[in-house]
Order: sequence, then structure tokens, then C-alpha cells
Amino acid sequence: MDIIVCLKQIFDLGKIMVDAASKRPITEGVARKISDFDKNALEEALRIKEKHGGNVLALIGGAKDAAKEALAMGANEAVIYSADSDSLGTAIILTEISHKMKYDLILCGEASIDEFSFQIGPRLAQALEIPVLTYARKMELKDNEVVVERNLENRYEVAKARLPALVTVTKEINEPRIPTLLQILGASKKKITEISPAKQEGGVETLSITAIEMKRKEVILKDIEELARIILSEK
Amino acid sequence: MIFIYSEDTETAFECLAKGREIADSLQSDIAAISIGRDSEDYISYGADKVYSIDSEPQADLVVDCISSLINQYKPEILLIGGTRLGKEVTPRIAQKFGVGCATDCVDFSLEHEKLIVKRFVLGGRFIATQRFLRKPQIVTIPPRRFGKRLDAARTGEIIKTIPKLAEPKTQVLETKDKTPKELRIEEADIIVSVGRGLRKKEDLVLIESLAKALGGVVGCSRSVAADLKWLPEEHWVGLSGHKVKPKLYIAIGISGQVQHIAGIRDAKTIIAINNDPNAPIFKACDYGIVGDLYEIVPKLIEILK
Repeated sequence: MDIIVCLKQIFDLGKIMVDAASKRPITEGVARKISDFDKNALEEALRIKEKHGGNVLALIGGAKDAAKEALAMGANEAVIYSADSDSLGTAIILTEISHKMKYDLILCGEASIDEFSFQIGPRLAQALEIPVLTYARKMELKDNEVVVERNLENRYEVAKARLPALVTVTKEINEPRIPTLLQILGASKKKITEISPAKQEGGVETLSITAIEMKRKEVILKDIEELARIILSEK
Repeated sequence: MIFIYSEDTETAFECLAKGREIADSLQSDIAAISIGRDSEDYISYGADKVYSIDSEPQADLVVDCISSLINQYKPEILLIGGTRLGKEVTPRIAQKFGVGCATDCVDFSLEHEKLIVKRFVLGGRFIATQRFLRKPQIVTIPPRRFGKRLDAARTGEIIKTIPKLAEPKTQVLETKDKTPKELRIEEADIIVSVGRGLRKKEDLVLIESLAKALGGVVGCSRSVAADLKWLPEEHWVGLSGHKVKPKLYIAIGISGQVQHIAGIRDAKTIIAINNDPNAPIFKACDYGIVGDLYEIVPKLIEILK
């Protein structure tokens, strides 16, 4: 079973400050980490590998430290590329890389927690012309098929597809492992390949990014009766 | 021409109302795409035309249906309802046509007849203004964000369409409706949420009773779900947990870390109960009361009953 997991390294969002004059985000010096749901995708890939055997390749938009973390968790090898394109550009880059790899299954987080655009998994599957099952909260492999339970608005849906397929996972699918010191040290022997794909033009141009002003009333109440009245009028 | 699609009727009406505003500025027409449902009402809610396709709203089929209509009619803009299905098919269609798309857009304007959209980024603390480099310009609209507009006097044309569809690549084996308790916290109208102010797990009963009295669901902060594990992660509200958009959010004993606040940004009204008058939550709420939750919550339940 050859599994590719797509991971994105993002800024630690809670640590981004706002420039008082321009209202723009200050990202210089902010630590980066693997986006949360992508880690769930990696964890799921590792569990499948442990059950069925195989190879897990971590395909990371980001730097070496993210690759080291993915390898310490248990990925067999890592490929890193610089991710400064939009979803279209990134999907083109991932498609080119995936075409050169062997895979039965590709796993992605349902969305990255910085952009929340839900685009990469569906775009990549479309470009590779393979089936896609989104929002998986459970998954298993059976006879060359993947069966998932999808978490939709008001229902769960059990659906299947033939391999090779792409699955996007929700955070409820598992709890990502925390590597031990031994695993972290052991990961230094594993292979990290750095590639520099041609710059992609992308499909969307971002004109500005500015902080949102919080517009809340901030009224401090004195008694519970009043609080109850407000709750009843707002519900 | 502007295309509208959502498998969810209400969301389709909301897309039509938003689409109508854009279409009127551009002096353009709106065509609603109707897959496997009646089409008459789309006209009353703003469509000039309806392309009616007798198929199922299954993702692979929806991608094929819309793609075939794009090839035939070359629309300038597509507005798709940002349901879970909508957010799967939109990037797939955009990828097929080699164009960008913007999901969950909350603001639309036109500049030189080109669409300018705004969407939340960087965990919802920032808003990005974006435009498209090529056409069609494809966006999704979050459900329940915009209103709908009914005009029963409107007239329009329904065009039956039979696109060539490939066999779907995925197969549904079973669906189970969620029980009210299982409903995603994202969909909840009222959320009563608790944080570290709670002294022990058994006291969750207090929060649950208040949620029950209000017909709401229980949420919690990171520490309650991830560190203490008093509640499963489905209840975790915040950037790394679930981003919610209730009418009423009651934060009890929650200090109000940046990550938590980002997760409740779309709440209509936020009420905070906390014993620390300097807690950041009081700077991010509409109404706050300073005091011990163990005194306030039982009294509140009493009054609300």
C-alpha cells in the first residue's frame, strides 16, 4: 500500500500580530507548524500502514522542520516544496509530483486551518482523475477499495471508491500521535527530498489582507434577571 | 451570464438573491442549475432561466453537469452554495477549467465589471480581498449568510438539458441521519460553552441543564476537550476545534484566548460569564456578567424555566 499524505506548514495563527497602522498581519518571526487536520491525515496513513503494510510519503508544502516532524511520527520519506502559490497553483504542483510517484491512496486534511478553503484535496483528485471522498470521519480498506464514513451537514454517509483514490479527513477521525525522543532521533536518518517546482501563476490574486475589527457591544450587566431577559430575546 | 447552483433549496435561493444584485449591475442574466428537483421556484427567487437536469446531486454528476453547461454557455460568474457538497464540487470544477475559485465569500463588489470578493483568512482574524485572474469567476457563498428575495410575478424560462454524464466514481452504501445530539456544532443556533472555570467534570451537568433549558448544544474551550478530555472533540469550539456561527453563544468560565475568539467570530450575539473582570472574553462579547458561574448558572436556569 503506497500512501501519499499532503501536508501544509502554516503559521501558528494565534501568534500572528496586527500592525497597528496598516492593520496587516505581522508574520515575521512567527513559528510554523503542520496544519491540524493534515496531521490527522498523516496519523490515518500511519495507522493504515501499521495494519496493511506499505509506505507513507509525506508531501509537504513547507520547510525541513515540518518534514522532520512527519518523519518522526512515522512517515517513511518526505518531499518538501515551497508553497507560495494559491490553491490552483499548489494543486498543479502536487499533481506533477504525484504523477511521478507510485500511490494507491492519497490523504489530505479536509482544509488547512489558516485558509479554510477546502480546495486542495478535491482539486488534486480532479486533476489526477481519481475518485475523491471528502470529510471522512472513519475509513477502512477492503479488497482494493476504500470505505469511508463521511460527516455531512445533517447525516453521515458511508461511501466507497476503488483505489487509487483520494480521501480528505476531518479532525474526529483520530488523535495524531506525539513522537517519542527516540523516534525524533531516528527520523534524522530518513530521506528528505527538496524540490523547487516552477512558479505557478495561480487563479486568484489577493489584493489585501487586513485585520477584522471586532464590533461587539461589550456591555457589562449587573444582575442575572437582566442577563436572562437578554438571553430570551436573543435566542 | 451568471450561473447559480446549490443542492440545498434555501441556499440556492440565497445565491439567487446575491446573484441578482450582481447581475443587475452587470446587466446580465442569471441561470439557475437545477439537478433532480422542481425548477419553477428558482424563477420566483431571481433566475431568468433554469437549466433543469434529471440527475442526482451526487458530487461526480454535479461536476459533470455544471462543467458541460459551462462549456456550452460560457458564464462569466458561478455562485455555488457553500454546503459540504458545494465546497467539494467548486474546486473540482475550477481545476477542470484551470481557474481559481474563492470559497465562503462574505462580500461581493464589481470593479471594471470584474468580481472582487472578500473572505476570512488566517484563522478568521483577517479578511482578504481577492479577484480572479481568469474566467469563469467561481465562488461559494456560505449558507444562511445572505437573505433570499421572493417575487412571485417574475417570469422565466425552464430549459430541460440532458448532458452526457460519466458513471460516478464513488458509491454511497448507506446514510444515517444525525440525531439532534450528533448535529454538528457548526449548525447549532444556540451554544452554551464552558472552559477552565469549571472545577470538575461532574459539574458539566450544570452546563448541560442550561443548554437544555435553551434548546441549545454544549460547547467547550480547548482545555476542556484537548487537555482535560472532559468532553469529546465534537464539542471543541475554536480555531483548531470547530468554527461556529450560532445566533447565541454563551461562554461560561472561558477566558477568551485568540484561538477561541476566532472560532466564534461569526456568532450573532456573544454572552460571557466569568469571575475575572479582566478576562479577554469581556472585550469580545456583546453582554458580560462578572461573577461565579456556580452562582449565576443555577439562578439563570431557574429563571429561564
